[in-house]
Amino acid sequence: MSVPAVFDYHPVQSVDEAIALLQLYGDEAKILAGGHSLLPAMKLRLTQPEHLIDIGPIPNLAYIRKEKDAIVLGTLTRYKQIEQSEILHKYYPILPEGTALIGDQQVRNRGTIGGSVAHSDPAGDMPGIVLALKAQLVVQGANGTRTIAADDFFVDTFLTALEQDEIVTAIRLPLPAPHTGSAYAKISNKASHYAIAGCAAVLTINKKGLCTSASIAITGASTRIIRASEVEAALISKKLDDATITSASSHAVANADLISDIHGSAEYRQQMAAVITRRVIMHALERA
Amino acid sequence: MATKRSITITVNGQQHQSEIEPRMLLVHYLREILDLTGTHIGCNTSQCGACVVLLNGEAVKACTVLAMQAHGCEITTIEGLAPAGELHPIQTGFWEKHGLQCGFCTPGMIMSSYQLLKDNPHPTEDEICKGLEGNICRCTGYQNIVRAVQDAAEHMSTETSIPVSTQN
Ligand SMILES: Cc1cc2nc3c(=O)[nH]c(=O)nc-3n(C[C@H](O)[C@H](O)[C@H](O)COP(=O)(O)OP(=O)(O)OC[C@H]3O[C@@H](n4cnc5c(N)ncnc54)[C@H](O)[C@@H]3O)c2cc1C
Ligand code: FES
Ligand code: FES
Repeated sequence: MSVPAVFDYHPVQSVDEAIALLQLYGDEAKILAGGHSLLPAMKLRLTQPEHLIDIGPIPNLAYIRKEKDAIVLGTLTRYKQIEQSEILHKYYPILPEGTALIGDQQVRNRGTIGGSVAHSDPAGDMPGIVLALKAQLVVQGANGTRTIAADDFFVDTFLTALEQDEIVTAIRLPLPAPHTGSAYAKISNKASHYAIAGCAAVLTINKKGLCTSASIAITGASTRIIRASEVEAALISKKLDDATITSASSHAVANADLISDIHGSAEYRQQMAAVITRRVIMHALERA
Repeated sequence: MATKRSITITVNGQQHQSEIEPRMLLVHYLREILDLTGTHIGCNTSQCGACVVLLNGEAVKACTVLAMQAHGCEITTIEGLAPAGELHPIQTGFWEKHGLQCGFCTPGMIMSSYQLLKDNPHPTEDEICKGLEGNICRCTGYQNIVRAVQDAAEHMSTETSIPVSTQN
């Protein structure tokens, strides 16, 4: 019977209360959101926080709304809400498309976008997707609120730019420019559905059919969430024909520190990343 | 030992109040404190779906939820899907179409099928497979499970499909 090590449980009603407890308990405390990364790790005793701060009871942190210049998702928005969101299907289909591939319906009923982003798992889907979407992460700590660009947020495997007393409160996605298309796909582990190699792409095309903006991120293949900058450079200002896309995609993991394990060798991940990147760019282009 | 916590929870329509260790998982609370052993533990690593119950009407893996996270919530287990002595149309479907052999995965399969049919009352075969991807069966080869869900979909009327715990 595997159960977590002993801890004290603190359900909180507000972000301020959570921050106060983070300050009080320091490294001994962890935030609990959907619990679908944290609890499995605690059951295996990979992590043994002495204090668990459950932000689940905080009201009004699960929402998806359109503001003047952005679509904003509250940190506790569950995958299922994202999958069913009309706003997201309209503006950024990459998000419902990506969440539909996560785990299974039970996982999607519990997991939250903020938890996934804060977890910074390179095999997770949300970090790569919010990176491709050039999201701004709204975080709150003892010193107030600040926003961190996704490009600066994902530091390494399970490591983000969050300070110890900070929590993610919202994810802001800039509204897409006209003729923007987005897509996500992955080759995944058959049991868990975690990505072995995945790609998130957001492309903007101008009237002449030239690519004016390309934002591409790779999931699964690399030891940390990365932007595929060489692919982006090979697409910008080009007409996106088959040859251009295929050649650009071959650089998908050019700057990656590739994972090699029982789920896939580095060579396999490299080749699959190129295949998936090509398909995803084609799909995003159709939607642009 | 960590401070015990008081939990109030409604399970299959009945309210319970207990003092528990915060690290207790929902599945252990149901099985060991409430003696509702219809919810099974297979993998205990969030993979197999033997432990699926409904939390406020949504299918969850009870081995990956703290009992405390369900404080103030409504839980439906396989025991509460139909009134005592009766079968829910999904249970009838599994019976009629031989959707089980050893039966170990069955409670979880049925609770997941409940969510699947709630979201999509007339699923295609592919949609059934996708909806049950979080549930593993080592016996049947799945074909008869798909047939059981199809059978249930045909027979489900809104009235009979609501679990006893959430009626009225
Ligand atoms: C069987 C299974 C299959 C899965 N398959 C996939 C998959 O295919 N793809 C995928 O991407 N993921 C998958 N997951 C993981 C799932 O997406 C998790 O839900 C997600 O990674 C974490 O979100 P959570 O809300 O559950 O966070 P939690 O597990 O509660 O927290 C994760 C971490 O983030 C911290 N945290 C949470 N919220 C905040 C916050 N607001 N501010 C600061 N820190 C915070 C916690 O302290 C913890 O360290 C799977 C999980 C399971 C159990
Ligand atoms: S026992 Fe919970 S998923 Fe297997
Ligand atoms: S019937 Fe035996 S595991 Fe499914």
